[in-house]
Order: sequence, then C-alpha cells, then structure tokens
Amino acid sequence: MTDIKRSLASMKEGEEGVLERLDLPDDMAQRLMTMGFLPGSHVRVTRRAPGGDPRVYRVDGSEIALRRETAIHLYLTTKDSE
Amino acid sequence: MSDQSSAGPAAPEADHTQPAPEPRSGGQAPSVLAGRADRPRPRFVALVGPPNSGKSTLFNRLTGLRQKTANYPGVTVEKRVGRAQLRGGLEVKLIDLPGVYSLTAHSEDERVTRDVLVGEMQGLEQPDAVILILDSTNLERHLMLAAPILALGLPTLIALNMRDDLDARGGDVDVVALARQVGAPVTLISATLGDGLETIYDFLEGVIGSPDLLQLPVLRLPVISDAPECRRWAAVVGTEAHYRSPAPPKWTRRLDAVFLHPVAGPIIFLTVVVAVFQSIFTVAQPLMDGVEVLVTISGGWIASIMPVPWLRSLLVDGIWSGVGSVIVFLPQILFLFLFIGLLEDSGYMARAAFIADRTMAKVGLQGKSFLPLVSSFACAVPGILAARTIESKRDRIATIMIAPLMTCSARLPVYTLVIAAFIPERPLLGPFLGTRAASLLGLYVLGLLAAIFTAALLKSSILRADRSPFVMEMPPYRVPTFHSISLRLYDRTKIFVRRIGTVILTVTVLLWVLTQVPLMNGETPPIEESMVGTLGRTIEPLIEPLGFNWKIGVGLVTSLAAREVIVGTLGTIYGIEGANEDSVGLQESLRRDLTLGGAVALLIFFAFALQCMSTVAVVRKETGGWKWPIIQFTYMFVLAYSGAFIAHWLLG
Repeated sequence: MTDIKRSLASMKEGEEGVLERLDLPDDMAQRLMTMGFLPGSHVRVTRRAPGGDPRVYRVDGSEIALRRETAIHLYLTTKDSE
Repeated sequence: MSDQSSAGPAAPEADHTQPAPEPRSGGQAPSVLAGRADRPRPRFVALVGPPNSGKSTLFNRLTGLRQKTANYPGVTVEKRVGRAQLRGGLEVKLIDLPGVYSLTAHSEDERVTRDVLVGEMQGLEQPDAVILILDSTNLERHLMLAAPILALGLPTLIALNMRDDLDARGGDVDVVALARQVGAPVTLISATLGDGLETIYDFLEGVIGSPDLLQLPVLRLPVISDAPECRRWAAVVGTEAHYRSPAPPKWTRRLDAVFLHPVAGPIIFLTVVVAVFQSIFTVAQPLMDGVEVLVTISGGWIASIMPVPWLRSLLVDGIWSGVGSVIVFLPQILFLFLFIGLLEDSGYMARAAFIADRTMAKVGLQGKSFLPLVSSFACAVPGILAARTIESKRDRIATIMIAPLMTCSARLPVYTLVIAAFIPERPLLGPFLGTRAASLLGLYVLGLLAAIFTAALLKSSILRADRSPFVMEMPPYRVPTFHSISLRLYDRTKIFVRRIGTVILTVTVLLWVLTQVPLMNGETPPIEESMVGTLGRTIEPLIEPLGFNWKIGVGLVTSLAAREVIVGTLGTIYGIEGANEDSVGLQESLRRDLTLGGAVALLIFFAFALQCMSTVAVVRKETGGWKWPIIQFTYMFVLAYSGAFIAHWLLG
C-alpha cells in the first residue's frame, strides 16, 4: 500500500481519497472550502452525469456537484492497494 | 418550555444544577436557554443559514402571508421581509437573508448578508437579533457558519432544523452542551412540521437569549476568515455536544440511483420536461380560453352599462382588452410556477440541473439555466423569475438576457396570422409535416439559435470578467409541503399581477389616449388620423426598408404592450370586426399590404424584438436597475431590425 497523489478528476466512481490541496485562486478555494472541500477531508466520487461531466462528490456529509474543469485543480492522496 | 422563569443574573460557568432538557419523547422541543431573562423585545430579526437549511421554510412558517419580496438596491439578490405575529398581538419584523456558507463576501449573496448584519445595507436598519438556522443532519459543516455569525455579537438563537430527519435517521445532539460551547441558546426544530417553534417565539419575544446573561462560550471563536480553522472549531463543538451524525439518507441514495442513472436519468429528465411543457399547453389552454371568454363577456357587460361613450371606450377598448390580453396568460403562468415549485422543493431541480449541465455548458451557461429557459417558451416572465435559483450572478444575468428570445406563447397569434396569410399549406413530409408547421418550427429554431448566439456573445464580452466555478449542492429529496407550494404560488402570482398589471395598465391607457386624440369635431378620429396613426406614419421611413407600411407601424407601436395586441390593432385599421389570427379577411388585407419578403421580415422582427413591457418590468426588478433591461431592449431591437432588413432585402 502506497500513497499516491492525483487530481480529483482522475478518480473513478466509488473511489475515495483525502484532499491535500486546492490549486485554485483564493476566492474559489475559499468557496469550495466553505462547502466542505477542506484539506484533510475525505472525498468520494459518488455519481457522474450522462457524458461523464459534472460529477457528484460526497464530502463532509453532503453531496456536491463539480465540473471537471474545477475537479482537476483539487489534489488528493489515495491508497493504492495494487 | 422550562418553568424556570427568569434565571437570576449570569449563571455561573459550571452550572451543574441546570436541569437536563426535557426528554425527547415528551413532545416538547428540546432546547436550552443558556441564560434566561427578559431582554428588550427585538424589533428586527434576521434569519441566516446555509442554502438548503430550511431557512425559508421557517420564514414562511413565521410570517405566512405577511411577507413581501423586493430586491436589494442594485443587485440581483432577492430581499424577503415579513412580519411575525407574536403572542399577545405583538409583531416583529423578520428578514430572510440569502443562503450562505460563510460571510467572506466572495459572492453577491454573502456580501448582502454581511452588509445587512453589520448594518451597512442602504435603506435597512441593522437587525437587533439573529436566528441562525442550521441543518442538524449535517451539523458540523453547517456549524462553520456559526463562528462568523456569533462573532457579530448580536443576540443569536441557533435553531437546529430537520429534527424529524435527525431522529428518523438515528442521529443525536446534546443541545445543552452545544449551547454551553458556543454561548448562545440552541434549540431543535422542524420547520417543515412546525415543530419546536415555541423557543423561536420565546426568542422573538425577548424572553431568552440576552447576551449579558449568557455564559461565556467555553470555546474561543476561531479566526473567522480561515475556513479550515472554522471547520476544526466546528468539529470540537460537535464532539463536545456529543453529536452523532445520522445515517446517510437512504431514500435519497435510492432515488438518485434511478434519477441519475446513466440511461434512465436522462430519459426521466426529458419526460419531466416534456410533461411540464405539454401540460402548460394542454391543461392550461382550456383555462386560458375560459379567461378570454370571461374577459370578453365582462367587457361586453361593462360596455352595456356604461352610458358615457368615451368612458366606455376607455374601459372596454383600452383597459379591459389591454389588461385582458395579459391576464389570459395567468393560468399558464400559474401552472409553470406550480411545477417549478414542486421541482425545487422536492430536490429534483438540482438533479435536472446536474443532468442538463453538460449541454448548457456548451453554450456558456449552466444546468440551472435550463428550466428557466424552457419555461420561457410559455412566457418569459415566469422564466425570468425562475432564474432566481441560479447562484452565479453571471449565469443568472445571461439566462435573463436570453430568456425573451425563446418563442413565447404571445408570439403564436402573430406567427399564425402571418403564416396563414403567406404560406400555402403543402405537405412536406407526407401527413406529418406541412409547410405551415415547418415554418412555425423554423421560427422556434430561429429564436433558439439567436439565444445560443447571444449567450456566447455575452460570455465573451460584458459578462466575461466574473468567473465563479460551478458548485452545486445536491440536497436530499423531500416531499414538498402544501403550505410552502401555495405560499410560493401566491407570492409569484402577486408579483405577476401587481407588477405586470400596473405596467400594462399604464401602457394600455396611454395607447388608448393616443388613439382618441386629436378630437375631430368633438368626435374620436379614425385610427389613421389619431396620434397612433401619426406615430405609425412618422416611423414609416424607419420601417420602410423592412417592407412595412404605416399600418404595420401602428401595429408595432401597440404591440409594445403585449405582442399579440398587433392582431387586434390591424383588425381595427383594416376595419375588420372582431378580427383574430384565423380571420380570412385580415389575412387578405395583409397580403395586399405586404410582400413575401415583408412578411418574413415581420416574422423575424417578432422573433427577436423585445415587444413586451411585462418582460422589461420584470427584468428591471430582477436585476435591480435599468441597466440590463435597457441593454436587452436595445440589443434585441438591433437584432430584430437587422434581421428583418436582411430578410426583406433578400426576398424583396
């Protein structure tokens, strides 16, 4: 088991990871943080829209939809069990 | 409530003698009155909370019909103020602030909330108390908002909403411990069921929540601009309050498995959209016909009892037919509001927006723009009002700007008349599609294309600067309550009737006067000699390049009240009694006055021009000023004029 670092957009449905950082301008990062996307929180990919974008993420007790264009800027560590 | 009437001054910090809250089964709302004494009764109380916390449901519970909506000066944020009736006939003013996650002022909603709370909102006094509504099923994240609110230092009651959900899903929280941590009274309520509101009333009456009598908060407040620190603080408060988060909402999971299914989801989505659309045309149509008949009959009745001819003419030909032409759309608009309300309150709207987002993103909009735009195919007014659910200001403005380009039902009589007069009916695709239906369809597509073009234009020009990410919370599904749906219907109808009524009344009376003057030998002039006729002749040089003569010009002037008014006006000018869009006489007269190029130009003009004072009035209200309606009106006029010019020039 090793920790690997990757963007939220690269995770598949059902995968979960721990948010490391938000590579976004401060106001956008703040907005996502108030909605639960805080460094250290667990994020899980729950569903995707037809066509794959946007997707719903479960974070801090809520389900939040983000577009891919935003998700690629969120970096997480996931456990690689292979 | 606890019988401990007015606990003495400042309860000592470790007050172990305080009785435990009433047992949950007792039916009474568990609450803690962390300090209980009479403080001056608040006069103006703000309701604050994150989106989907049930804030507006509580506001509706407390105020009922004693509320009104307006806009904050210069912004697109809706201001809802109301009055709550207290025991003993007293009243308190309440304000329902926009749903926010923080007070960092990154969005317009947050800025408005902050400004109101600190007393910097123009034309509004500072609230003297706050009710903070948080979702008890997602307490720790929602508690993040408690930090900046408590830091304001106003007397605050924390109302943990969705108590029924919390119980049903096996969650729990110790409100006494929570109150001690934050130094403010806390109560569990269910705004939907109206459960636990006694404490809210106690607070509104000044019975509880005096700040000087409160225990000091055990925990120091975090630095409120630091989201991670707020979240850590919220976690500690949650732990100290023995918060047990409820099981995930099982039904929401199950329903989402169907509604957001890769195959079934889009099918259900399209079914819902088609069903809404279909029913506003099929179910509302007989009602609209009924209203039309009522307007005609009552107009005839007024005419029969009114002895003074000019007064009769003003009432019947002016006010009655003008206002009637707009009131006819009321059933359709009510149905739209009903469906939009059901979709929003059930939680499906967020799913629909989620499914539609990818398609809407291609034209620079977002999922939440979809339903307002679909509604605009019936009438742009409810569509524009439905755009309120779009949080991003840029997307809201863009949606409002393109909504009137959707082919609304007021254009149909004009389209029907001109198509019937100029397009011979021939089959195109066997029995399925004739030339006339194809022309009509073409006009719908034309409006849609113009809307897409305009959205792209806006996003690359005046609306480019603001780039907020698309972030949307998917709330759990809930059963809409009759109370909330009917209040919403009432509120929206009131806006429609009042706003539209006054504007249309003014425009129709003005137009009527213009048809009555100048008097000729004390008699009303024939329409071509009246001011309206003169106006039509004056603009003739302007519209001549489009292939229109002064008669069409008069029609264009009167259609400013509402598009379909042109049909009646042309009937009057051509001297055809009781003309409507199916009148053969009117069609023949039009054929004499318009070439094919002119007819196509007229259709294109109606497809693009903003000849609808109701829409202008609503856009002004929703965008908080004249800037956007003026831009919109000018832009659409230029589009209409150049489109019609090109059509006439090409077809001759």
